[in-house]
Amino acid sequence: MRVPLSWLAEYVDLPVGASIADVHAALVKVGLEEEGSHDFDLQGPIVVGQVLEFVPEPQSNGKTIRWCQVRVAPEGQPAADGGADVRGIVCGADNFFEGDKVVVTLPGAVLPGGFAIAARKTYGHVSDGMIASARELGLGDDHDGILRLGTLGLDPEVGTDALPLLGLDDEAVEVNVTPDRGYAFSIRGIAREFSNSTGAAFRDPVARVTPVAANGFPVAIHDEAPIRGRVGATVFVTRVVRGVDPTRPSPAWLVSRLKLAGIRSISLIVDITNYVMLEFGQPIHGYDLDALQGGLVVRRAAPGETLETLDGQTRTLNPEDLVIADDRGAIGLAGVMGGASTEIGDATTTVLVESANFDPVSIARTARRHKLPSEASKRFERGVDPAVAQPAAARVVELLETLAGGTADDGLGSVHHEHPEPGSIVLPFGFVQRLVGVDFTSDETAHALAEIGAAVEETSAGFVVTPPSWRPDITDKASLAEEVARIVGYDRIPSILPVAPPGRGLTVTQVTRRRTADVLAAGGLTEVLAYPFVGAVMNRTFGSPRDEEASAIRVANPLDAEAALLRTSLIPGLIDIARRNLSRGLTDLGLFELGLVFRPEAGREYGQPALPAGARLPDDAELAELHGGIPPQPRHVGVLLLGNAVDKQPGQPAVPAGIADVLDVVRLVESALAVELRVATGTHKALHPGRTAELFVTGADGAERSVGFAGELLPTLTHELDLPRVVAVAELDLDALLAAAGESIEVAPISGYPAATQDLSLVVDAAVPAGEVERAVVEGAGELLESIRLVDDYRGSGVPDAAKSLTFALRFRAPDRTLTAAEASEAKLAGAATAGERFGATVRE
Amino acid sequence: MSEPIAITEQAVSDAVDAALAALESASDSAALRAVRSAHAGEGSPLAAFNAQIKALPGDQKAAAGKLVGQARARVNQAIAARETEVVALEEAAKLAAETVDVTALPSRRRIGARHPLSLLQDRIADIFVGMGWEVAEGPEVESEWFNFDALNFDADHPARAMQDTFFIDPPESHLVLRTHTSPVQVRSLLERPLPVYVIAPGRVYRTDELDATHTPVFSQVEGIAIDKGLTMAHLRGTLEHFATQMFGEGAKIRLRPNYFPFTEPSAEMDVWQPGAKGGARWVEWGGCGMVNPNVLRSAGINPDEYSGFAFGMGIERTLQFRNDLNDMRDMVEGDVRFSQQFGMVV
Repeated sequence: MRVPLSWLAEYVDLPVGASIADVHAALVKVGLEEEGSHDFDLQGPIVVGQVLEFVPEPQSNGKTIRWCQVRVAPEGQPAADGGADVRGIVCGADNFFEGDKVVVTLPGAVLPGGFAIAARKTYGHVSDGMIASARELGLGDDHDGILRLGTLGLDPEVGTDALPLLGLDDEAVEVNVTPDRGYAFSIRGIAREFSNSTGAAFRDPVARVTPVAANGFPVAIHDEAPIRGRVGATVFVTRVVRGVDPTRPSPAWLVSRLKLAGIRSISLIVDITNYVMLEFGQPIHGYDLDALQGGLVVRRAAPGETLETLDGQTRTLNPEDLVIADDRGAIGLAGVMGGASTEIGDATTTVLVESANFDPVSIARTARRHKLPSEASKRFERGVDPAVAQPAAARVVELLETLAGGTADDGLGSVHHEHPEPGSIVLPFGFVQRLVGVDFTSDETAHALAEIGAAVEETSAGFVVTPPSWRPDITDKASLAEEVARIVGYDRIPSILPVAPPGRGLTVTQVTRRRTADVLAAGGLTEVLAYPFVGAVMNRTFGSPRDEEASAIRVANPLDAEAALLRTSLIPGLIDIARRNLSRGLTDLGLFELGLVFRPEAGREYGQPALPAGARLPDDAELAELHGGIPPQPRHVGVLLLGNAVDKQPGQPAVPAGIADVLDVVRLVESALAVELRVATGTHKALHPGRTAELFVTGADGAERSVGFAGELLPTLTHELDLPRVVAVAELDLDALLAAAGESIEVAPISGYPAATQDLSLVVDAAVPAGEVERAVVEGAGELLESIRLVDDYRGSGVPDAAKSLTFALRFRAPDRTLTAAEASEAKLAGAATAGERFGATVRE
Repeated sequence: MSEPIAITEQAVSDAVDAALAALESASDSAALRAVRSAHAGEGSPLAAFNAQIKALPGDQKAAAGKLVGQARARVNQAIAARETEVVALEEAAKLAAETVDVTALPSRRRIGARHPLSLLQDRIADIFVGMGWEVAEGPEVESEWFNFDALNFDADHPARAMQDTFFIDPPESHLVLRTHTSPVQVRSLLERPLPVYVIAPGRVYRTDELDATHTPVFSQVEGIAIDKGLTMAHLRGTLEHFATQMFGEGAKIRLRPNYFPFTEPSAEMDVWQPGAKGGARWVEWGGCGMVNPNVLRSAGINPDEYSGFAFGMGIERTLQFRNDLNDMRDMVEGDVRFSQQFGMVV
């Protein structure tokens, strides 16, 4: 809300010389946050001048300029810039006459945008200033010609400072109005808040309007389908003003105030309705009465009913829309936008003024449905003071009479539906103090509530408070506590640190997640946080290892229609970020992310069509439905490596990152989580068929389950994505890993007896994974085998074609004695035997 | 075999001299081994003398034994001394040969980094855990009931429309990408026994296009405390403690009236940042207030028995003014150079 200071000062005593900053400071104290300030960005000397005479001078470019003699100061007196009283000025406009009073910007003046005025040579003359148009002064869009003061009904003395004359010296504060304070979308509301903050005297504009007896234009409210039980209109007031001249110009003070308030001047009648809306917070609609047929009815739209709104669009109405109708049908969307058929135009002579109070919910829904947020709907949605409708109509009438030459009919057309009176609230003594933590006195409490306009009665049970009509947001004692705290001032609240009961600290899961991220960073990877929005193609590629497609959650209103799905995998986001880094010349990357993925089960519907109400505990069935309607969102860890894992350096050839490196990263995760992963040959449709590992973990229940993949992206894919040929990725389901991790580590006693080390070379079909052979050896060798490590994979002479020789370094140890070489050999051969049974492995001597 | 040389003082002395002379020219272990073998080994003259002793007449044995014994000891000693010298020389030569340019050594381990937003979340969690609070979590695709209804956002109130919500398709499912971490408030109250003191850091979503000051995906930390007798003074105390931990001694909190559906009274909080670059200043930090009785009712808590406060702030914004960052985009684009400035510390 923008508030011109001159306007504010009409309704509250602004301290003399109060600056924009002072007003902001006062308003922020009561909850109106500073948004900015506005002025006309003009600097004098800008004065009233009179065109004494001019000579039209045709130019070679086809234009005719006027060489004018303009009086800018009373005869014989120096002008505002200290110069002569009559100036020669070149003017390109031709809409003025000798004798016209105009606005002259003298040398030294500065116009909006820093346009400095100086005497300058042009068209063969020295133009000693400029005759201004309304547009150049920031007063309007009219650039057809210069501003003739006579058309505004002004005949000021030559030399008068034009800035105050036209309201151009005014300035405005802009404050943010929170959605519970509809009434603060008015000068009236802001003036009251300023008074609440500073104690300055407030003059309610409502008070200066005298009521009129009803018996005017016929109006009716027929709401047969109230929304949520609330009738669409509770107050509907009309007044008729005849004989208006809609072509009269709006006076300068009105235009400049509207302009500072952010509203463009349209025409006198529209300007007046906007002016009163800003002043009272009451949206006003004006109809051309001659275009109406019969009386007005407020009702819901009929199915299929259409309406051409003021913006020229024909809209099909929804039966929930509240409309204003005459005998022929809908002529306006109530509280949102008027209709074209009854629009006020240059030929209008009789104006029907509508000032009504509409149900906030109905207006909010209609404005959203038709995407028509308007100044009117903004106010109705937040709640308009129902008591202001009639005074606001009277204020419009007053302005139409004084500015547009109209005469009002005596009667008031008026319907007052049963408007729910604001109920009174019992505020027990001590409640505010207990909630706010300040020892307010009873007087302070009562006084603060009276300040905001509430009626306060002291009873034995406490204060009985009736909130003012403009504060529908005050509904309970907590909201009264806020009013007291804010009027007295939040700076009174002391600081006390509460003592929480002893807590559990971070959970094991939280600690483990943090450790995982720390370990990965320490392992040389950089953490990234990607947006979770992906397109269909990436979801298809990475959503499922083997299935055609993973089911995904779709955002109904995505920012980018090409990325409307929520990620089912972290890899697409890592790829995006890798590409961005690559485009910035960063060619060796190790990235990881810990984040949620969204994995709805195929064919299942989530959420629920109807929600439980707020402000009460849902029953068990409702809670179960709420919880059950949330789609699974496991936390994954994703890794992407590309470029070199180790850079080329003196004494160090480059080591390109690949599957081995990404599996190393997987091992880091394994160590951070204290789980044991089984690495198996895997298949994933986005990964290199020969370089894919699937990772398995065995849970506490003994069952093994897949927890992710590691591998190199398919070269066709990296080519398509403009990535280097080799990009290694891994993704693990962190939640599944955490579930599998034991609560505590099992620790075996450490044997001090000497170890026996032996090598074992096994010849096996080249297609058999070494990891499987190793597992067989481990199983066969039994308890004496302390460690096993693959040290060589040999193929060539001495080994049959299509076979390989795997050499393992084995270390045996017994817990209770020194092992003999024979015992170690026996265990080794037992391991070899298992590998033999399982894979046909033979010992190579 | 030649005739043995008689054991004379001269002969023994000659053998010793020969040994010492040979030692002197032995400059490495191999030469030293040759010297040891030639002059102290089994075929050496001194060994030969020694062997002859037992053939000498009894009265000469003692003198010859002493003479030869002393000579052998001297030679052995000299060899040992020379060996120490040679080993030291050789070791020194080896070290010299192994010299590398330590300023040009290969780095085989990449330097990694946590994301500063994650680090800041961890740090905030630590501050509150230190006060006995716990860290709560909730889903990012959330039911509107938790995100709005339970938080006293009426279905038709403009405050709900102002949240710029991402809705999940179909909208009748009433699922949204949570617009704030506040739904975790209600989840915590439903799950935990009273009193409750929790914070909930996490990701939230609004339909803002990415620019220097907005991002559609950002993170918040929410705090809620529900207990008997909590007041706005406890809210201020908690925020001040938090601010001091985050911004150093001298940080303080200013509260301004504001509106949030889920708190009443509500306040906007500013923090006095004593160490700000360019001088101490007030900065807008977040929103807070006393938990609205309707929120407590949604969680089945009697507002006449319990009260509490809640607060929330943006982590991006906190990082922005804490570390004097201008452009939000740096935090979301994933340029590794950004995070690597922080490394493991925020």
